[in-house]
Amino acid sequence: MATVGRALLIVAFAVALYGVGASLYGAFAGGRAWVDSGRRAVYALAGVLTGAFAIMEVAFLRSDFSFNVVATHSSTTTPTFYKATAAWSSQEGSLLLWVWLLSVWSSLALALTRRRVREVAPVATAVLMTFAGFFLMLTIFWANPFETLAAVPQEGTGLNPLLRHPAMMFHPPMLYSGYTLFSIPFAFAIGALVTRRLNAEWIVSTRRFALAAWLCLGVGIVLGARWSYTELGWGGYWAWDPVENASLLPWLTGTAFIHSIMIQERRGMLKVWNASLVLATGTLAILGTFLVRSGILDSIHAFGASTLGVPFLILIGAMVLGSVGLVVSRRAELRTEHRIDSLLSREAVFLAQNVILVALAFVVWWGTFFPLISEAVTGTRASVGPPWFDKYTVPLAFVLVALSGIGPLVPWRRLTLASVRRGFVLPAVVGGVVALALLLVPGAWSQPKAAAFAGVVGFVVASVVQELWRGMRARQSSAQESAPVALAGIVRRNRRRYGGYVVHAGFATLLLGVAVSSSFQHAKDVSLKPGQSARVGGYDIRYVRATSHAGSEKISLGAVLDVSKGGKHVATLRTTRGFYPSQDVTQGIVGRFFGGESESEVGLQAGFGRDVWTVIDPDIAPLEPIIQQGNDTFRRAMTGILARGGGRQQLAQLYALRDVAVTAVARRFVTRPWAADFRFIVSPLATWIWIGAIVTFLGGLIALWPAPATARRRVTAGYAARVARELARTTQ
Amino acid sequence: MELLIVFAVVLAVAAFVGAPLRTRARGLDPDAGLRAELADLEAAKEAKYHEIRDAELDRRTGKLSDEDHRALDAELRAEAVALLKKLDAVRARLAAAQEADGPAPGGEAATPSPPVG
Repeated sequence: MATVGRALLIVAFAVALYGVGASLYGAFAGGRAWVDSGRRAVYALAGVLTGAFAIMEVAFLRSDFSFNVVATHSSTTTPTFYKATAAWSSQEGSLLLWVWLLSVWSSLALALTRRRVREVAPVATAVLMTFAGFFLMLTIFWANPFETLAAVPQEGTGLNPLLRHPAMMFHPPMLYSGYTLFSIPFAFAIGALVTRRLNAEWIVSTRRFALAAWLCLGVGIVLGARWSYTELGWGGYWAWDPVENASLLPWLTGTAFIHSIMIQERRGMLKVWNASLVLATGTLAILGTFLVRSGILDSIHAFGASTLGVPFLILIGAMVLGSVGLVVSRRAELRTEHRIDSLLSREAVFLAQNVILVALAFVVWWGTFFPLISEAVTGTRASVGPPWFDKYTVPLAFVLVALSGIGPLVPWRRLTLASVRRGFVLPAVVGGVVALALLLVPGAWSQPKAAAFAGVVGFVVASVVQELWRGMRARQSSAQESAPVALAGIVRRNRRRYGGYVVHAGFATLLLGVAVSSSFQHAKDVSLKPGQSARVGGYDIRYVRATSHAGSEKISLGAVLDVSKGGKHVATLRTTRGFYPSQDVTQGIVGRFFGGESESEVGLQAGFGRDVWTVIDPDIAPLEPIIQQGNDTFRRAMTGILARGGGRQQLAQLYALRDVAVTAVARRFVTRPWAADFRFIVSPLATWIWIGAIVTFLGGLIALWPAPATARRRVTAGYAARVARELARTTQ
Repeated sequence: MELLIVFAVVLAVAAFVGAPLRTRARGLDPDAGLRAELADLEAAKEAKYHEIRDAELDRRTGKLSDEDHRALDAELRAEAVALLKKLDAVRARLAAAQEADGPAPGGEAATPSPPVG
């Protein structure tokens, strides 16, 4: 089926090119029939690429090693779950996933807007199809997932062990969904600028896609952080790695865009700012994709050096120049219709929050690209580390979180002293109490910034709870409903507002987890023998016994540890280091089972108050003499069998003996244990990072979910009637 | 077999994508500008209704005093009225243009569908 796959890519490429041509011709010369044909080309593209993607997935699931991409990224011993996800562990497969997702989301966007933004949509279609054409060109000419091998191997090299984690099933598709969904508002913004239709309609039509992009990208980022925390074995969740940063950049500018478009919708303000933000977000999404694939910056997440850098740079250059040119040439149409009434209004808070988000994005961009900037200026590649990022991002995040609490309390247009009293007193008191309470915890005086940050988070959560409470009470008094029904009703009818508030509370909680877990973290690297203990952050951790397991997929050497505090048992932790077999025959018949790639399984006791985290790094050097002995013995036996012209049965017996020997070698880690290296980390409130993320995305879902049509019609009809009465009065 | 599959896909794609060109010989919409203006105003009207509703919610949740709300509500309703007047004017121009042009392309009505958001 590789031939069909290759042919489908070529058909898809032709369809993308046709879509660009038909849409532009229809928009500027040919009329609706060509526009409709161009739109159908997007649907057809989604269909064709679904077929191509299915062929690749089936090849992975069937371990069809005639596909180069399967032979180099999967194996017969790879569990089925990971065979399915191995498709996007490769450069080729992930490019196909990217363009497939783009075609699906583009189809959805164009289907939902087919009766609206009629002037803008054809140009947007052409832009989306240009992206699709670009990525299809890469898959056809640079990284073809349907490339076949002349000699089909019996076994594949297997999936990178680090990617064998449940989060990896969803992390790349969510990231790519975020990137590709951000292409939609980008494309419609280009369409609006080209056709000079720069009022609110294109924003109304695409804002839901911007929100969906923000949600998907955010989920992808958090899944990546979770993977880092539980798989990479260093104990952290965010390392300011270039690829991590690359995904954060469009998320930050996208967050700013989602807020500032509300001002344009309502007041016709910030048109230049919004156009620039969405164009920057779309470009940063492509930049993120470029960073993962070009290998220009060192990252654990990147695909390594490749030849894709130049085409990406050309695309990014065209996007930047085109965006700047369009915004400058349309500056007359982008003039603002109103001015901010007061610096004490929700508009002003949104604007301040936008400035902070863009400043954060600039800091992250500068730090990420500093190695390239320094190399260009000084000739020496220098990089900045986490302390540099923390120095600038921490104060900005502090202000950002404070603004996310202030925003919900401030009305649109103007804030009065009376409403300050009504809105701010309770949240401010709660924030103060939280900060003081944290300072009472022993050792907290050493981290006053963390205590202050906790106070700000308390203020944010209290402001959101207060808003929900007041909304519920207002609904209860008008609709005579019970509290839960009234709360559900007020949220259901104002999903964007209250969904946003929930996002603020969740995000503040997430950052509280980050601030407290990093400020009050206790970490220790120790070497222990069974029976020995270490003390970390008030916990006694005892190495109870060593463990080993030899399976068909990997050999695991690990430890069982007992965690106690004040003599009281707290948890039992199990951590292992998995060694995957190497395909390198020079490592010997036994040695190759210990010489491949390895990965960690962390031992984690997560709790609302603190996480106790550990990982083992067993030294296998003491096994080397016996491994060498095994290699020699089995080599002699193999040579003997082959010299005697021994049959398949004798070889099978030898392999069975080899498996017993490998198990016995691994077992020595248990029967004759030696010291193993451990990393122990006690992190307070680390679990709140993930709880905060879940709340954030729940709020995002609430905001994203369409209001029920009946409620919308009723509301619109009600206000239309009121305004119509007003109209009748003014025209009498 | 593989060639047959590819051939079938190409035929299906060509038939699907080319269908509008065969069945609907529709040219450029001479009233496209007016329709777009109408759609923009509809979007602005919806946003204004939303603003009126938000202001009322702000009053009910205590963010706006009754007095502040009265002033803001009057301001917003005046803006909504101005938008409705503009909408009526554009609708009238579109109806006149359609009368002069004959039937609208694709049999479309003068009033666009309301925005989903």
